Amino acid sequence: MSAPPAPALLVPEAPQKAESIFHRNLATFAANRLAMASAVVVVLFVLMAVLAPFVAPHDPNETDLFRRMQPPAWLPGGEWSYALGCDALGRDILSRIIYGARISIFIGTAVILVATSIGILAGLASGYLRGWVDVVISRIVDILLGFPYLIFAIGLMAMMGPGLWNIILALAYKEWVIPCRVVRGETLVTRELEYVEAARALGASRWHIMLREILPNILSPVIVVSTIRMAHVIILEASLSFLGLGVQPPTASWGSMVADGRAFILEAWWVSTFPGLAILLLVLAINVASQGLRDAFDPRFQE
Amino acid sequence: MSLGKLLERILQLLPVLLGVSLIVFAMMALTPGDPVQIMIGDQSVTPEQEAALRRDLGLDRPIHERFFLFVTDAVRGDFGESFYHRRPVADVIAERLPATIELSLVALIVALATAIPLGVLAAIRKNSVLDRLATVGSLLGVSLPGFWFGILLMMLFAVHLQILPVSGRIGYSSEIVPITGFLLVDTLLRGNLSAFWDALSHIILPAITLGLPMTAILMRVTRTSMLEVLRQDYVTFAEAKGLSRRRVLFRHALKNALIPTVSVAAIETGSLLGGNMIVETVFGWPGLGRLVVESIFLRNYPLVQAAVLFYAVTYVLLNFAADLLYTALNPRVKL
Repeated sequence: MSAPPAPALLVPEAPQKAESIFHRNLATFAANRLAMASAVVVVLFVLMAVLAPFVAPHDPNETDLFRRMQPPAWLPGGEWSYALGCDALGRDILSRIIYGARISIFIGTAVILVATSIGILAGLASGYLRGWVDVVISRIVDILLGFPYLIFAIGLMAMMGPGLWNIILALAYKEWVIPCRVVRGETLVTRELEYVEAARALGASRWHIMLREILPNILSPVIVVSTIRMAHVIILEASLSFLGLGVQPPTASWGSMVADGRAFILEAWWVSTFPGLAILLLVLAINVASQGLRDAFDPRFQE
Repeated sequence: MSLGKLLERILQLLPVLLGVSLIVFAMMALTPGDPVQIMIGDQSVTPEQEAALRRDLGLDRPIHERFFLFVTDAVRGDFGESFYHRRPVADVIAERLPATIELSLVALIVALATAIPLGVLAAIRKNSVLDRLATVGSLLGVSLPGFWFGILLMMLFAVHLQILPVSGRIGYSSEIVPITGFLLVDTLLRGNLSAFWDALSHIILPAITLGLPMTAILMRVTRTSMLEVLRQDYVTFAEAKGLSRRRVLFRHALKNALIPTVSVAAIETGSLLGGNMIVETVFGWPGLGRLVVESIFLRNYPLVQAAVLFYAVTYVLLNFAADLLYTALNPRVKL
């Protein structure tokens, strides 16, 4: 008598499935036309920033007092080689906006990268190790949440003095709290799952489990949150620069350009208006694109 | 919530407040540059005078003692002397505070008064043109840099149309002797209606600018929670009973739909504090926010330190109050 047929072996399908979920999410995102268009706008801004020396029609810091507050091209007195007009020192506004994109995008990216890296490590440690590590990190998070963001950054900038690296530090000091909380929450759930249990049983080290087992599985909400936060960070940087606490003149930054134009709103509205429009466009594009990402990649927002 | 629970929550606040003070203290203590040198500026002083000043400020003591002094002094409302004003920091802050509170309250009222009707309408007419406009509007609201929006409003209403003043809190001709420090209240108490309108016209643009992000957020919250409530059985039941649409909406649905709105509004009130610095700078509003920004450039560190601490403590307390309010409004949340 032959033995009953062995049950068909369950072929592990997990890796393949994970890939298909990623592709399906990507397809969902690509189908969201508004989000795609916004992503294209963001990419164009990045290209503009990177290629600034090649796309800017003029030197952003070149002053020409004969062009003092020259209006945009379509107004009487304007010319197309200075399409968006000139500021009070006769500098080309379009070129300054193009160079200003470097500051906004560089600071936004640097702050988010630093903050997300710290937040991921702190969140993993807090959520996985628990115990006193969790207590200490959670207390620090609570305390930092006790500061209104802009006031915390202003306080730090007042003490550290203005400058590019100081802005990045001032914003990153508080920003890491947000990815940290997301990662901690996700880790608390994930650490109880069977596959993590299995890794533990196999004798994997804590670091291996945190970085290789848990992290890849919680990365998408972290990325989604980081992109949403990027928009906030860009506005905060512009606000600091507007107050005169950011990047120092003559370096072009959008916030300080808006501030420069404030004194001339009676006679030259374009000096403040166009840099502000650039901030709005970039921030809006990041917001719409990141909402699309969230809808596509975060399971909680899927129907 | 029982009294015991409430006490427990208040006790939980203490480590946060202590940590916040530690950070504010560290911001100043670890900063490069000697406060005594900054105070002296370019005046000529003898080394003895300098040492005396250092002793007066407690700067000759070890750092943990200085922190202890800082906290005990702060609890008693003593923040030292403002370098620039040559008066106690606490007095200078107290003088500027009513302008900031008044602006924040009006911004809060503007935000609630716009967000709730718009959010409700957007929910009732889901997917209508109005709903879409509201969605686009709320997205714009969170993406607009406040300082730029303020300048645009100023250009349109003050410079171009000339129907509102450019900046300040009240015109010179309408200035009155303050009673409470809140000009909208004081002008009415003094029975000076024209001064009241003057103060009101000054506060409109700054309040709209300050309240805009909050309006955007509250509108979304109201819309979502209204949609949620309209799906509930008791609303269907009320409609089935034959109650009029208006009665169902206002008597049954709205009351419950507004719970999240009120909670989020309470939390967002704290975020108005940061916006104040920007808006007061744009509109030349003589409040605490502008004082802080000015003080940074004057290197008036004791004032900056006290103000940052004040903002942070207020923020923690506002969030605490928001939490309590949320618990009180939501019987389902048991803490």
